[in-house]
Amino acid sequence: MFYFVLKRIALLVPIFFGVTIMAFGFIRMLPGDPVAALAGERDMTPERHAEIMLKLGLDKPVWQQYLDYIWNLLHGDFGTSVLTNRPILDEFLELFPATIELGLTAMILAVVIGVPIGIFAAVKRGTLYDQGIMGISLVGYSMPIFWWGLLLIILFGGVWGLTPISGRISFLFDVETVTGFLLIDALLSGEEGAFASAMHHMILPTIVLGTIPLAIIARQTRSAMLEVLSEDYVRTARAKGLSPLRVYGLHALRNAMITVITVIGLQVGTLMAGAILTETIFSWPGIGKWIIFSVFSRDYYAVQGGLVLIAMIIMSVNLVVDLLYGMINPRILHTSS
Amino acid sequence: MRKSLIRTTLAISLAVTASASLAAGKTLVFCSEGSPGGFNPSLHSAGTDFDASAQPIYNRLTEFEPGTTKVVPGLAESWSVSADGTEYTFKLRKGVKWHSNKHFTPTRDFNADDVLFSFNRQWKTDHPYHSVSGGKYLYFGWMDMGPALKSIDKIDDYTVKFTLNQPDAPFISNLAMDFASILSAEYADKMQTEGTQETVDNAPIGTGPFEFVSYKKDSVIRYNGFKDYWEGAPKIDKLIYAITTDATVRFQKLKAGECHIMPYPNAADLDAMDKDPNINLLSQAGLNVGYLGFNTSKAPFDNKSVRQALSMAIDKQAILDVVFKGSGSPAKNPIPPTMWSYNDDIVDYKYDPETAKKLLAVAGIKELKTDIWAMPVQRPYNPNARRMAELIQADWAKIGVTAEIKSFEWGEYRERIRAGEHSTALLGWTGDNGDPDNFMFVLLGCAAAKSNVARWCNEEFDGYLRAAKLTSDQAERTKLYEKAQVIFKQEAPWYTIAHSVQFRPVRKEVKNFKIHPLGSHIFKYVDLQ
Repeated sequence: MFYFVLKRIALLVPIFFGVTIMAFGFIRMLPGDPVAALAGERDMTPERHAEIMLKLGLDKPVWQQYLDYIWNLLHGDFGTSVLTNRPILDEFLELFPATIELGLTAMILAVVIGVPIGIFAAVKRGTLYDQGIMGISLVGYSMPIFWWGLLLIILFGGVWGLTPISGRISFLFDVETVTGFLLIDALLSGEEGAFASAMHHMILPTIVLGTIPLAIIARQTRSAMLEVLSEDYVRTARAKGLSPLRVYGLHALRNAMITVITVIGLQVGTLMAGAILTETIFSWPGIGKWIIFSVFSRDYYAVQGGLVLIAMIIMSVNLVVDLLYGMINPRILHTSS
Repeated sequence: MRKSLIRTTLAISLAVTASASLAAGKTLVFCSEGSPGGFNPSLHSAGTDFDASAQPIYNRLTEFEPGTTKVVPGLAESWSVSADGTEYTFKLRKGVKWHSNKHFTPTRDFNADDVLFSFNRQWKTDHPYHSVSGGKYLYFGWMDMGPALKSIDKIDDYTVKFTLNQPDAPFISNLAMDFASILSAEYADKMQTEGTQETVDNAPIGTGPFEFVSYKKDSVIRYNGFKDYWEGAPKIDKLIYAITTDATVRFQKLKAGECHIMPYPNAADLDAMDKDPNINLLSQAGLNVGYLGFNTSKAPFDNKSVRQALSMAIDKQAILDVVFKGSGSPAKNPIPPTMWSYNDDIVDYKYDPETAKKLLAVAGIKELKTDIWAMPVQRPYNPNARRMAELIQADWAKIGVTAEIKSFEWGEYRERIRAGEHSTALLGWTGDNGDPDNFMFVLLGCAAAKSNVARWCNEEFDGYLRAAKLTSDQAERTKLYEKAQVIFKQEAPWYTIAHSVQFRPVRKEVKNFKIHPLGSHIFKYVDLQ
């Protein structure tokens, strides 16, 4: 077990450096620089341009900038935003809870609905139910998030007036930030209606962000279940005359869960990607919206820092999933060791 | 059953929201388009930054009258200019109160020290605050304030004298610009003593109509009406910026009553806004111009006849219909019609391919191969440069001119134009300070001829511009600029295309909101009914 964990952690080191190179390189490969982005139509003399680049620490050769960047990263310094002049880590930590909150509710929605309908489809394999569920999930999987979000906003928020249009809570509530998780902060604030308002604002973004993971989880659960259901031990269990609930719930589901948990773990990446669009549509003050804005304004330090932080989080989640996987399926542990 | 349960839950939460709104007093919600970089307008120079800082929180020595570019007294009650036009002496307003917050309670009113602090911080590199918060004073640099200033002196507590190196009439307009906002010197001193200098820029203290309350990044900015505001307390008690980046979503919020005013609507939504019974769709010609510049340093564009011929060959109305879809007005001068000194006697080149062909023949041009550069970004003065270039390309083909359309990434685009690689290029400009100098001298003056799109330097034209800088008599300046526009049209260094129309959908209950030509959103006189 110890070696298994150690090996998994050691694997993260090259991945970490790979990510830093990509985060550092990609934003610099985009034409233009932060100063040009600020200047707009304005004519700027090369001297003035150089002067501001110097202030931003962008005057040095690229390799030196990279080494400085790595050196600072290893000391926990993610740099300072070109636009706001605040430490990247502060900005990230301020916005990250909003992304986690939305990601968690979306994930809960995806699992709570996706797993049962996946099992149901597997059990009812080949029937109209199965085809219906799989058809809908295919549609969900292919849904362009931006279009889907706007459609829901216009219908539920605009035409029927059932949900708020966008934002995280009604502007009438000025909830003090304690944890950054608005649902919790709203409860802590004791303001009447704050929690309801925050919940109300979560409905549409949760559905939009949860749609693709839900579809994937439903489909994967179905195929994992189908595989397990054709195993000998399931046939034996059936032959013993066990009730369907015991056969599916105890024997089949436990083994199918190995695949399902992996898939759920992998969805963290999908959620982060989806968060970029979802947050933009719903004016959700999270990391996704922040990264996009930083790319547009060529805020090198924000993009570099933000991407590395996100990658670190995804890597940690994957590590946890790997470890969990090992615990659920001891065969993996043994072969690895 | 389940459906009705959902409906009940939603109804309860909506009711809670509604009852809370009754208790909130007069609250104006502005669905702003983005997050400010910070709250010091000398450091953060985007329109979004100014909307969040300069306009609600601060004042300037001079101000623009809302809805116009007319310069009126602000924190300076009056001013006088010396005979040689280099000395500006300002009499400051007395009894102007500062805001307060948890870091600072003012002990004195606004005075000359605050003026000196605000300008010296941007100007003097050895000022203790110069490098605080990154110290990029972009607008101060863009308006060439550093080279213009000789000295700033405090004559007494309520008199300040600015001495310039040479007369510069637009100077008074520059002082009304957002970057020239006046910050509290007392606050700065206190924060310096406490070693938290950046607080001055993050927890702003101003003299403006609204006091800053809080900012939740990327989400909401809150202000309270300032009871002691020197022009009288604003009519709204609370001002809220609900940051909503997507224009379609902003419109949905406006329709649903989640906000009262929204900037930058999608052109596609304008019809629906106009028809909505709860919304007033305000519009005003923007302080901008979109144009096609001919690179006059390259043959055959150094030939006036060729430039005129190519201008006549373009069907402007088609561009306005196809590209602007009603959100643009035809441009004939380099400055927009809302700006003083606009010469309405100028006659634009008529769309006339036949005459254009003849002119080209006279100029000895048989076959012309050239390029049209199209900007990769959307701007109010040019919502779709690619499409515009295609239309021009087709028009020119009719007179036998073959043009290739080229486009580069925005930064590179401007860099290559600076280097003069283009033959003709689409670009535009949005005014900073409402002064004609800010269009003509900046874009067409000989001083900028090495780097601007037309690379054009005309002694006579430039002479008028330089003369207009020397006098602060607006009537005289108007005459000079009018003459300059005549030369501009004859020489045709640009084919002027359009001025955008800016639209602001506003809910019916909003009173006294005016579109500002410079693009800022000003709420100090706004009321809700």
